[in-house]
Amino acid sequence: MTKRTDGPLAMLGAADEARVLDAVRRGASRREMLAMLGAGGMAAATAGGILGAAGQAVAQEPRRGGRIRVSGTSTSTSDTLDPAKQSLSTDYARCNMFYNGLTTFDGSLTPQPALAESWEQDRATVWTFKLRRGVTFHDGKPLTSEDVVFSLNRHKDPATASRARSLAMPMQEIVATGPNEVRITLDAPNADLPVVLATFHFHIIKAGTTDFATAIGTGPFLCREFQPGVRSIGVRNPNYWRENKPYLDEVEFIGIPDEQARVNALLSGDVQLIGGVDPRSVRRIQQTQGYSVFETKSGYYTNLIMRLNEAPGNNPDFVLAMKYMFDRAQMRTAILRNYGVIGNDQPIDPTNRFYFPGLPQRPFDLDRARFHFQKSGVGSTTLPVVCSPAAPNSVDMAQVLQQTGQRIGMNLEVRRVPSDGYWSNHWFKHPIGFGSINPRPSADILLTLFFKSDAAWNESAWRNPQFDQLLGAARAETDEAKRRQMYADMQVMIHNESGIGIPVFQSLLDGHSSKLKGLGAIPVGNLMGFDFAQHVWLES
Amino acid sequence: MLRLVAARLGLGIVSLLLVSLAIFAITSLLPGDAAEELLGQYATRETVAGLRAQLGLDLPGHVRYLHWLGGLITGDFGRSLANGVPVAQLIGSRLPNSLMLAAATAAVSVPLALTIGITAAMWRGGAYDRAVSMLTLSVVSVPEFLVATAAVIVFAVHLRWLSALSAATDITSVAQFFRVFALPVFSLCCVIIAQMVRMTRAAIIDQLRAPYVEMAVLKGVGPFRVVLRHALPNAIGPIANAVALSLSYLLGGVIIVETIFNYPGIAKLMVDGVATRDLPVVQACAMIFCAAYLVLVTTADVVAILANPRLRHR
Repeated sequence: MTKRTDGPLAMLGAADEARVLDAVRRGASRREMLAMLGAGGMAAATAGGILGAAGQAVAQEPRRGGRIRVSGTSTSTSDTLDPAKQSLSTDYARCNMFYNGLTTFDGSLTPQPALAESWEQDRATVWTFKLRRGVTFHDGKPLTSEDVVFSLNRHKDPATASRARSLAMPMQEIVATGPNEVRITLDAPNADLPVVLATFHFHIIKAGTTDFATAIGTGPFLCREFQPGVRSIGVRNPNYWRENKPYLDEVEFIGIPDEQARVNALLSGDVQLIGGVDPRSVRRIQQTQGYSVFETKSGYYTNLIMRLNEAPGNNPDFVLAMKYMFDRAQMRTAILRNYGVIGNDQPIDPTNRFYFPGLPQRPFDLDRARFHFQKSGVGSTTLPVVCSPAAPNSVDMAQVLQQTGQRIGMNLEVRRVPSDGYWSNHWFKHPIGFGSINPRPSADILLTLFFKSDAAWNESAWRNPQFDQLLGAARAETDEAKRRQMYADMQVMIHNESGIGIPVFQSLLDGHSSKLKGLGAIPVGNLMGFDFAQHVWLES
Repeated sequence: MLRLVAARLGLGIVSLLLVSLAIFAITSLLPGDAAEELLGQYATRETVAGLRAQLGLDLPGHVRYLHWLGGLITGDFGRSLANGVPVAQLIGSRLPNSLMLAAATAAVSVPLALTIGITAAMWRGGAYDRAVSMLTLSVVSVPEFLVATAAVIVFAVHLRWLSALSAATDITSVAQFFRVFALPVFSLCCVIIAQMVRMTRAAIIDQLRAPYVEMAVLKGVGPFRVVLRHALPNAIGPIANAVALSLSYLLGGVIIVETIFNYPGIAKLMVDGVATRDLPVVQACAMIFCAAYLVLVTTADVVAILANPRLRHR
C-alpha cells in the first residue's frame, strides 16, 4: 500500500509548502531549510527544488489581474469543450482552462493530486481516490463522487465516441464508495493509473452533462464565450480551489495555424503568448525587445526507421552502421539550432523520471560504421531513405545521413514524399524511412504503443518476448526503484537491438511577451503542458 | 428589355439548380458516408444502419437530393457533423464577416480602380499611363500572401500602427474598424485593383478610337467631357463585367488572406469543413459561393443590358 498526500511542490502538504516558502522568503538558509524538511521527514533532494522555486518567488511576487490573448497552433469548427472528444493541442489548452482532472502532471510527468486529494492502491488493481472537499463547479454545485463516476464511465459508452476509450476499457468497475471517495477496479494491475487519469480526456464534468455548448467544470476559469474555429474566452473563477490562483482576470484563446502569422501576431503585440515556434524564428523573437522564447525540453523525437524484417534492415551490422553514422551533435546544432538534447537511440528522454542515464552514449564513429557496413555486405546498392515534411526535420536528417554515407561508401538516396497521406501511405511502409513521435505521458504508454512486439505501430518490426514480459511486469510494479530498473533494462534492449535510431530529442518552443511570467516546463506539450492559464501572470 | 432581364435571371436560377446537383453528386461520391464518419472506429454494422436511418442516408439518392434541395429553399442547411451545430448558425456567424470584408474591399477598390483606369486611358501613352501600366503589371504578378505578409511585417510588427490579426468580433468604434480592416483590405485591393484598372483602361481606349469620339473631338468637346459623357457610357458593359469578375474573387479566393490575418470568414469555414469531412457545411458553403458568383455575373449582365441603348429600347 502506498499513499500520496497533497501539494503542488513535490510532495509537501499545502500548509507545509506555505510554511517553507514563507521561511525562505524571510531569509532562511539552506541549512535551516534542510533542518526544517528533516523535521517534516522530507528527502534532502527536495530542498534544492523548493529553494529554486522560492528563489523566484522572492524575486517576483505573482501579480493578480490583467488580460492576455494566447494563440495555439490550430483552430477549426471541430474545436470542442467535450473532454472525451479533445483531439488537438488547442483542445487540451482550452479544456484545461475550464476543467480539472483527478490528478495532474508535474515537470517530470509524475502524477500529482488535483481534484483527488490522495489515493491508495492494492496490488495496483484496486484504487481508491479521496476527493478534495469544498470544490465547486462553476454553477455552484459541489463536486461529489457521483460526478467522478459519471465522468469516467462515459468513456466506455460507445455512444460517447471517446478518444480515450481504449484507456478507459481496463477500468472494469468505477463506483462511489462514499460522497468523497471513488473506487476503480482494473482488469489487470497498472501502477500508472494516476498518470492515465491525469491525461486530459479524463477531465471531470458534472454528472449528467450532455450539452457542451459551454463548459461547467471546476477549473480556474469560467467559460464566457466559446465559438468553435474562432475563439474561447475564460474569466477568472473566484471560487477556484487552488489558493491565490489563477492570477489573470481573463484569457482569450485563439488558434493561428500559420507559424509566420503566429510569430507576427506576437511581435505586433496582438497576442502575448504563442505555442509552436520553429527554431528558425527564435532569433527573430529574441532580437525584438520585450519578447522571449520559452524552451520545454521534451520527449518529442523524429526517428530513423529500419525495418528489421526486410533487407537491408534484417542485417544487424547494417543497422548498427547506420546508428554509428548519426552525427548527432551536428544535427542538434544545424537542424535544431541547439533547441534539443542529443539522443541515444533510447525513446525515453532525460525529462522523464524513468530515463536511464547510465547507458553509454553511442558516438559518431565513421570507422566503426565502415567496419559494420563492410561486414554487412550491402555494398554500393542504392538504398532509398523515405522522408517528408510530415515528420519534422526528417528531410534535413536524411540529407546529413546521405552525405555521411558517401564517406564510407554507402549509397543512400534521399526520397522526399509529400506530407499529405504520409502517415497512412508511407510511415514504416518502406525498408528505411522516418517517423515522428509526440511526447507521451508515461513510459508505459510510449513503449506499449511503439515497441511491444504486437503493437500496431511497431515501427521497426522489432520482436523480443523478453521485452514484452518486462513491459507487463513494470506496469504492475508499484515499487518505484524496481520499476526504474525494469525501464532501464528495456531502454538498453531498444538501444542495442531495435531498428529505431533517435539522433536528437526536440525541444518545444513557445514565444511570449517578457511581461508574462510564471511559465514552467511540463513536457507533455507546449504552453506548460497546455496548462499555462492558471500559472501565468502579467507584470505591471 | 424586361424580357431580356427576366431571361438572364431565369438562366441564373437554372444554373444554380445544375450547380446544386453537381455539388450533391460530387460530395456523395466521396468515400465513406456520414454515418461511418461519425462513428469512426466504433462503427459496427448495427450502429451504422441505425445512424443511417436516423440521418436519412438509407433513402435513394434522388430522394435525398430533393430533401436537401427542399431544405436549402426553406433555409434549412442541416446540422454540422463535426459539432452538431446547425449549419445555418455556423454560416450565420461567418457570412457577415466575409460580406463585411468584401464590402469594405469593394468600397475602396472599385472607385480607385475606375479613377485610375479612366485617367490612364485619357492620358494614354504618357508618363502617367506608363507608370500605371508598370505598377499594375508588377502588383498583379505578386502573390497576395507575399503582399499580406510584407504589409504585416512593416505596418504591424515594425511600425505598430495596425493589428496583425483581424478579429471581426472586436469592432466597437470607427477607429477600431480601420485598425482591423486596413491590412486585409489593402492586401486584397492590391490584387483586384490591378485587374480592374487594366480592363477599364482597355475598354475606354477601345471606345476612344471609335469614329463618334473623333466626331465629338472635332466638334470641340473637351477631353473630360469626351471620356465621361461619350466614351464611358459605352464602355460600362465590359467594365461591369471586369468589376464583377474581380469581386467574385473576394468571395472564395480570400482564403489566404483569411489565414494570414486569422479572420473568421466563410472561406476558412469551408476549408475546415473539408478537413473534418463535414459535408453539410461544405455543401452549404459551395452553394453560397456559387450563388454569390451567379448574382455578381448576372448583375453585370443586367447592367450591361441597361447601359446599352440598343438593348434597353428593344
